[in-house]
Amino acid sequence: MISINNLHANVEDKNILKGLNLEIKPGEVHAIMGPNGAGKSTLGNVLAGRDGYEVTAGSVTLNGKDILEMEPEERAREGLFLAFQYPVEIPGVSNLEFLKASVDAVRAHQGKPALDSVQFLKLAREKCKAVNLDQSFLKRGVNEGFSGGEKKRNELMQMMLLEPSLCILDETDSGLDIDALQVVAEGVNAMRDANRSFIVVTHYQRLLDYIVPDYVHVLANGRIVKSGGKELALELEEKGYGWLESADNGAA
Amino acid sequence: MSSNAEIERRIGNEYQAGFVTDIESDTIAPGLSEDVVRFISAKKGEPEWMTEWRLKAFRAWQEMTEPTWAHVHYPEVDFQALSYYSAPKSMADKPKSLDEVDPELLRTYEKLGIPLHEQMALAGIAVDAVFDSVSVATTFRAKLAEAGVIFMPISEAVHEHPELVKKYLGTVVPQRDNFYAALNSAVFSDGSFVYIPKGVRCPMELSTYFRINEAKTGQFERTLIIADEGSHVSYLEGCTAPMRDENQLHAAVVELIALDNSEIKYSTVQNWYPGDKEGKGGIYNFVTKRAVAHTNAKVSWTQVETGSAVTWKYPSCVLKGDNSVGEFYSVALTNNYQQADTGTKMIHLGKNTRSTIISKGISAGKSQNAYRGLVRMNPTAVGARNYTQCDSLLIGDQCGAHTFPYIESKHPSAVVEHEATTSTVSDDQLFLCRQRGIDTEKAVSMIVNGFCKEVFKELPMEFAVEAGKLLEVSLEGSVG
Repeated sequence: MISINNLHANVEDKNILKGLNLEIKPGEVHAIMGPNGAGKSTLGNVLAGRDGYEVTAGSVTLNGKDILEMEPEERAREGLFLAFQYPVEIPGVSNLEFLKASVDAVRAHQGKPALDSVQFLKLAREKCKAVNLDQSFLKRGVNEGFSGGEKKRNELMQMMLLEPSLCILDETDSGLDIDALQVVAEGVNAMRDANRSFIVVTHYQRLLDYIVPDYVHVLANGRIVKSGGKELALELEEKGYGWLESADNGAA
Repeated sequence: MSSNAEIERRIGNEYQAGFVTDIESDTIAPGLSEDVVRFISAKKGEPEWMTEWRLKAFRAWQEMTEPTWAHVHYPEVDFQALSYYSAPKSMADKPKSLDEVDPELLRTYEKLGIPLHEQMALAGIAVDAVFDSVSVATTFRAKLAEAGVIFMPISEAVHEHPELVKKYLGTVVPQRDNFYAALNSAVFSDGSFVYIPKGVRCPMELSTYFRINEAKTGQFERTLIIADEGSHVSYLEGCTAPMRDENQLHAAVVELIALDNSEIKYSTVQNWYPGDKEGKGGIYNFVTKRAVAHTNAKVSWTQVETGSAVTWKYPSCVLKGDNSVGEFYSVALTNNYQQADTGTKMIHLGKNTRSTIISKGISAGKSQNAYRGLVRMNPTAVGARNYTQCDSLLIGDQCGAHTFPYIESKHPSAVVEHEATTSTVSDDQLFLCRQRGIDTEKAVSMIVNGFCKEVFKELPMEFAVEAGKLLEVSLEGSVG
């Protein structure tokens, strides 16, 4: 699905990612954990192609295609989806209009026929219900006045509509109460299938009780310093990250 | 910073309606004098009273100086270097079908979503348009005549309905109102005249398209709309102009008279040549638009301004009668080196008069966009109310938005509310859109259209679609 090799990236001339390697096969869920400032959010932003994140070395291929040369919208159309930690508001642009534009662009790129307004509305209502948002959210401005939990569910709704092949969840659990967390986790689990992969970036083990990963990686100081199965998350919960970071520094 | 560089790089789409129709014109030598005023009047075969009216304006103009208070900068206009009359020589020179029209232009019309019959009108075919200074043909006239509605070029109205023209011309915008209004009064070329009789609801939207076609020809429209008691009319004004290197002066005057219990809705989409990416060329647009609303009457101005190099325009309402209502809905978009100083005046004279101002300014490139609005509650305006909302949207970091609200309240029972916001199209918003597969241009257009929604919903349906498209075309490539 995605192949990340020796990825180095700077933010404002500061070296954040320092030779990151990660290989994800179709259908797999990989959790990325790590201390603050390790580069977890940077990874998502670099993969999505955000301005201001400069790749200085390494390669990333998505379904065999080099994505580092692509514009952010091209990567999205190729099936890469980033669920934001803090989704931004776009006042005046209705959620429905935004979703339609998004789905139209992605479907056009993938050579799928465009959905007419009636079909789309039906689909959007269905997904809206699936994430437990009232239908009125389709008419409201994108994220405008939404609570933290509503924003996250709105992100999930977008993910369901776009059916991406690689989903990157950037600290999706932050700011969610346990009920909202369950809704989001159920939504993600419902989307898991043999052709879709996930990168779940999180600070806390809690989310992984609901979205059970195939692999857990620890990102520290711009590199993956330890990988393991889901039990690694529990170990981290118990011991923290300190022991890994010092081990990494020692090795360097 | 990279995004700013991108913005910089991608700003500056080409003006889409720039073309010149190559026809022979009957143009007089540049310069302005009493003789020129008499020449114009004679050309139109005007009666003596009209000639005198013009001359009175010309004499007033000679003693006036150009206003300099607006937040715009441009080289001094040499009024003696302009030609004040131009008329197409022959109808035979006009294109006969769309096949003869520049395909580039047709593509723009298509982009703007202009229906075919309007495309024909715009391209100068079979037409109800001010083509340069002379109005040619008026369609639908029969249907309007049935309802008793008079809709004709003002040059014809001077002959056919002198009593109405005499009674109302200059009553809302007097000859010496301001420098440009005086100039217009002296040399006005043509424009529309509308009269809706008592109790009549005009059976269709009235529309006109203006073009400025001759190089160095000042264009001075004069529009007069009278809604008699209990009548109703909606008037649309749409504009495009061909590309020219030299600045063209445009100084129009529009007067609206809404008699008791009547309603006038006046909508404008203005898309004149704004100049090139370096700020060279473009139209200077100095317009005086004003309405007077009598008892229980309502006047609504809606404007979408995307063109002109320099805009100086304040469609205003004098709320003279008790319970009269004035509205102003405006979208003003500036890009590259465009400058706009636009807004409105709401003068409350009558009791319980109400006014609403919704102004949306969008600045991109290196443009400057100013809202200037006056709300005056006179001592007679018992219980009057105003609500003003004034929002600015900035695209990129090299443009400017300015707000100059003037509030004068001389009656303690009057209520004036003013709200203002400034926002930007943020990198975060653009990234969210792009991460969802939406390209930057579409994203900007969506965000800008969302910003303008409150104003667009005031436009007649087909105009609203056109306005949305126009913003898209005007902003094409303005952000990266």
